[in-house]
Amino acid sequence: MNVFDIIGPVMIGPSSSHTAGAVRLGRVAWKILGQKAVKADIVLSGSFAQTYKGHGTDKAIIAGIMGMHSHDERIRNALTLAKENCLNFNFSLMDIPDSHPNTARITLTGENGASCTIQGSSIGGGNILVTEINSLEVSFTGQYNTLLVLHHDKPGTIAAVTNFMAYSGLNIGNFRLSRPKKGGEAVMTIEVDGEVPDYLIQNLQILPNIINVILIKAV
Amino acid sequence: MLSYKSIDELCRKATEEKKKISEIVLSDEALQMEQSEDELFSRMAENFKIMCEAVNAGKQPDLRSASGLTGGDAAKMEKYSQTGGLCGSFLNLAIMRAIAVSEYNAAMGKIVAAPTAGSCGILPACIISMLDAGKCDKKQAIMSLFTAGAFGMVIAQNASVAGAEGGCQAECGSASAMAAAVLVELYGGTPVQSAHACAMAIKNQLGLVCDPVAGLVEIPCIKRNVSGTMIAFSSAEMALAGIESKIPADECIIAMKQVGASLPCSLRETSNGGLAITPTGIKLKEQVFGSK
Repeated sequence: MNVFDIIGPVMIGPSSSHTAGAVRLGRVAWKILGQKAVKADIVLSGSFAQTYKGHGTDKAIIAGIMGMHSHDERIRNALTLAKENCLNFNFSLMDIPDSHPNTARITLTGENGASCTIQGSSIGGGNILVTEINSLEVSFTGQYNTLLVLHHDKPGTIAAVTNFMAYSGLNIGNFRLSRPKKGGEAVMTIEVDGEVPDYLIQNLQILPNIINVILIKAV
Repeated sequence: MLSYKSIDELCRKATEEKKKISEIVLSDEALQMEQSEDELFSRMAENFKIMCEAVNAGKQPDLRSASGLTGGDAAKMEKYSQTGGLCGSFLNLAIMRAIAVSEYNAAMGKIVAAPTAGSCGILPACIISMLDAGKCDKKQAIMSLFTAGAFGMVIAQNASVAGAEGGCQAECGSASAMAAAVLVELYGGTPVQSAHACAMAIKNQLGLVCDPVAGLVEIPCIKRNVSGTMIAFSSAEMALAGIESKIPADECIIAMKQVGASLPCSLRETSNGGLAITPTGIKLKEQVFGSK
């Protein structure tokens, strides 16, 4: 957390948790999808479910999925813009057990057929915590540049990745590994200080046992 | 480096170095964020500019929220302030600014969450009023936002700044506490006096519930920005007069967390309690969304 998380973000009203945070959740989902979304299924839980219409949470999430920032004045018209941009969306309300009061689960399908599901919460002041990607547990805030490294759970994979990062002079602020099943697919969530150079991602991608590397820039 | 885990830490560091809290925070954040002090100051100056623009846009007489429930009250307040009113034009203009920014937020205008959108009127109201009245210069006004941010970080780490978790005390209460600390600094008080002002502001808003009518950040949020502003001024005045909070700021923050956790879900931004379910509150909701 830094001083601009408290004095900020600059945003379109009316609610930092229900509008600005919601934009960021949508935006993270869009970044993870990595392409233009054509279909979005959004589950809202808790306070999100009860008050989304009044806070424009629906407009906000859709705006984020279209790549907008929380200070974009087009958020007001996001639902109309989505229709114009051939993004079909559907909202449903459901209680997601054991989740933060402001939680959304966003499933996107991209124009090239890719899809992803993320779950995250808006934890106040426009800040978010992403807790799940494609059923894998993660934990990142989007405040730092974050590398998501999807990989096969094989010996030496983490060492190879972190060694390469160390070699590039990149400092790791937070590291989390999620591995639902031994030897299966796993994901490293790595929050880093400073900028991540493009070559690093390309080089990580060709390491053994790596399925995909996604950089989510601080949002 | 600072941990922002306690108000006490901020006071001790600033007192030791004989600096303002804003100064130690700017230096520290520059280190932690790996950016220069100039870069951070410019970014904060941009935030301050957006706050000023929100006051101007929000006080237009024809401003209305999307729901149509609110808007235009800041214009009324500005006109009234010219008469001097009960407590003079200084405080009346501060009230006007708190309403203006909050009404602009409700109208989906561009604002700076400070710490949240629901409480975005309090810091601009306090700081811009000080600047406008010649009680500080622009650089001090911008710097004071670093003090506000530091107090806010401590509150966020030890309690919460989300209405859904802690009720309105977490939003307007936190903003008011941050603003109280800022006002003391802007008027030349000590870091310890800032801490006392922060404590007194929190104490005066403990238990404040979040019960927005129709789930919208309008009723009663806009007017609670005004009371938060007034409490910031009264707390700062007491601290500057040498009055101390018997309960230290850090303990007030813990109390705020406990009180927030004790609030039922109906009073934490769900609109299932308080003003939201009064007959008029329900009627207004139906007016906006239709009856169900």
